[in-house]
Amino acid sequence: MTGVLYALLVLGGMGLLFGLGLSVAAIKLKVETDPRLPLLREALPGANCGGCGFAGCDAFAEALLTGKASPSGCPVGGATSAQAIGQILGVPVTIAGRQNAFVRCGGCESKSLFRYDYQGLSDCKAAMQLAGGGSKACVYGCLGVGSCKAACQFGAIEMIDGIAVVNREKCAACTMCVRACPKQLIAMVPYNNTVHVACVSGDPGREARKICKAGCIKCKLCEKACQFDAVHVKDNGAIIDYAKCTQCGECVKKCPSKCITALGVGIPASVSEGITQNA
Amino acid sequence: MQTLLIFMSAVLVNNFVLNRFLGICPFLGVSKKTDTALGMGVAVTFVMALASAAAYIAEYYLLRPLGIGYLYNIAYILIIAALVQLVEMFIKRSSPSLYQALGIYLPLITTNCAVLGVTVLNRDNNYGFLTSIIHGVGAATGFTLAIVLFASIRERMSRSNIPSAFQGFPIALITAGLMAIAFLGFTGLIKV
Repeated sequence: MTGVLYALLVLGGMGLLFGLGLSVAAIKLKVETDPRLPLLREALPGANCGGCGFAGCDAFAEALLTGKASPSGCPVGGATSAQAIGQILGVPVTIAGRQNAFVRCGGCESKSLFRYDYQGLSDCKAAMQLAGGGSKACVYGCLGVGSCKAACQFGAIEMIDGIAVVNREKCAACTMCVRACPKQLIAMVPYNNTVHVACVSGDPGREARKICKAGCIKCKLCEKACQFDAVHVKDNGAIIDYAKCTQCGECVKKCPSKCITALGVGIPASVSEGITQNA
Repeated sequence: MQTLLIFMSAVLVNNFVLNRFLGICPFLGVSKKTDTALGMGVAVTFVMALASAAAYIAEYYLLRPLGIGYLYNIAYILIIAALVQLVEMFIKRSSPSLYQALGIYLPLITTNCAVLGVTVLNRDNNYGFLTSIIHGVGAATGFTLAIVLFASIRERMSRSNIPSAFQGFPIALITAGLMAIAFLGFTGLIKV
C-alpha cells in the first residue's frame, strides 16, 4: 500500500513541481519579441523558398524589422505582400509588376548538336566544368542537366526534350533558378510580356546556325519588322525592350530560326506542347 | 582505463544508431545537410550529458530510497522532458546565438529514444555519476559521428543519378544499412 502511495506521490509531485517550475520559468525567462514580427510573418507567403536571399520567411521578417530587407524583397508574395508589409512597417512601397522566369534557350535535343554524351553528376555546374563548358556544341546553351529544376520549389520547371522550360503559371518568381543556372540563361521577365528571345548565343550567325537550328543568326529581320523600335540585335543576339514591346508578333513571324517566341509559338513542337499542357 | 573503454565502446562498437538502432528518427530526418546534422549532434551531446546526470540523481536519491525503482521509465521521461524545456528557455534568454545553433533541435530530442536509452543503459549497467555522464557523451559522440557521415553521403547522393525507384528514402535506408554493416567491423575492437 505504501508503495502505491509513494509512486503516486513521487510521480504526481514531480509532475506538479515541474509544471509549476516551467510555467514560472516561462514567465521569468520570457523573451520580448517585436509585436510586428508575427504580423509580418503572416503577410509573407510562408513558402520558405529563400528567394529573398534570407533563410526563409522568419529570417526575412526579422530582416525587415532591422531594416536590412526591402518591403518588396519577397518575390513570391509580390505586390500583395509588399503592400501588407508597407502597412505594418508604415513605409511607402514601390511595387513592381508580376514577373516570371524564362529560359533563354530553345536548343532542344532535336535541334542542337552535342559533342559527347554527359553521364556525370546531375548538376549543371559539374557538367560545365568539362571540356568546352558542357556537352552541348553551343557554349551558351542550356545543358539540360536540370539544376534549375532541382532548385525550383514550386514545380514550375520541366525538362522537355533536353532543355529547361518554365511554366509561367506555376512560377512564383523566387529567382532561385536564376541563381542555380551556371550559364546564366534564366532571366526574370514581365508576366504580361509573352514575346521573348530564346537564345543568348554570342556566336556569329553562320557558326550559330551550324550547331543549333534554334539559334539567333543575327540577321536583324526582327529589327526591321518591329515598328516600335523594341527589338535590337546585339552581340548576344536579339534583345527585346519590354517597355516598348507591344507584342504585335511581327518579329515572331519574321524570325527565320524561330528563336523569338510568343507563348509557345516558334519554339520546337515538343517544347511548345509542354508549355500549353502545363499552362 | 575502464571509463575510456566505456567511452570508446559507446562511440564505435555499440554505436547508438548503427548498432543499437536507437535515435533513428533524427538520424533519417535531420541528415540532409552536413551543417544541420552537426548541429543536431551537438544538441544531442548536450542533452544526453544532462539527462545522464539528472537521471542518476533521480535514480539514487529519489526512486531507490523510496523503493519505487520500477517506475524509472516514466520518471526519466518526465525529468528529461522538463529539464530540456527549462534549458531551452534558459538558453533562449541568456544566449541568443547558442539558441540559434541549438534551439531548433532541442524540442526534437526531449524524449528521443536515444536519450532515454542512454539513461536506462546507465541504470542497467550500474554506472556511477561520472561514468554515466561519460557514457552519455560517448553515446552522443557516436550518434554525431554516424549522422554527420550519413549526411555527407546523402549530400553527395543528391547529385547522383539514382534510379527513380530508389530516389529519396529507399536509397537512404540502404545507405544506413550498409553503414551499420561497416560499423559491425568494430565488434571485437574492445574486449570488456
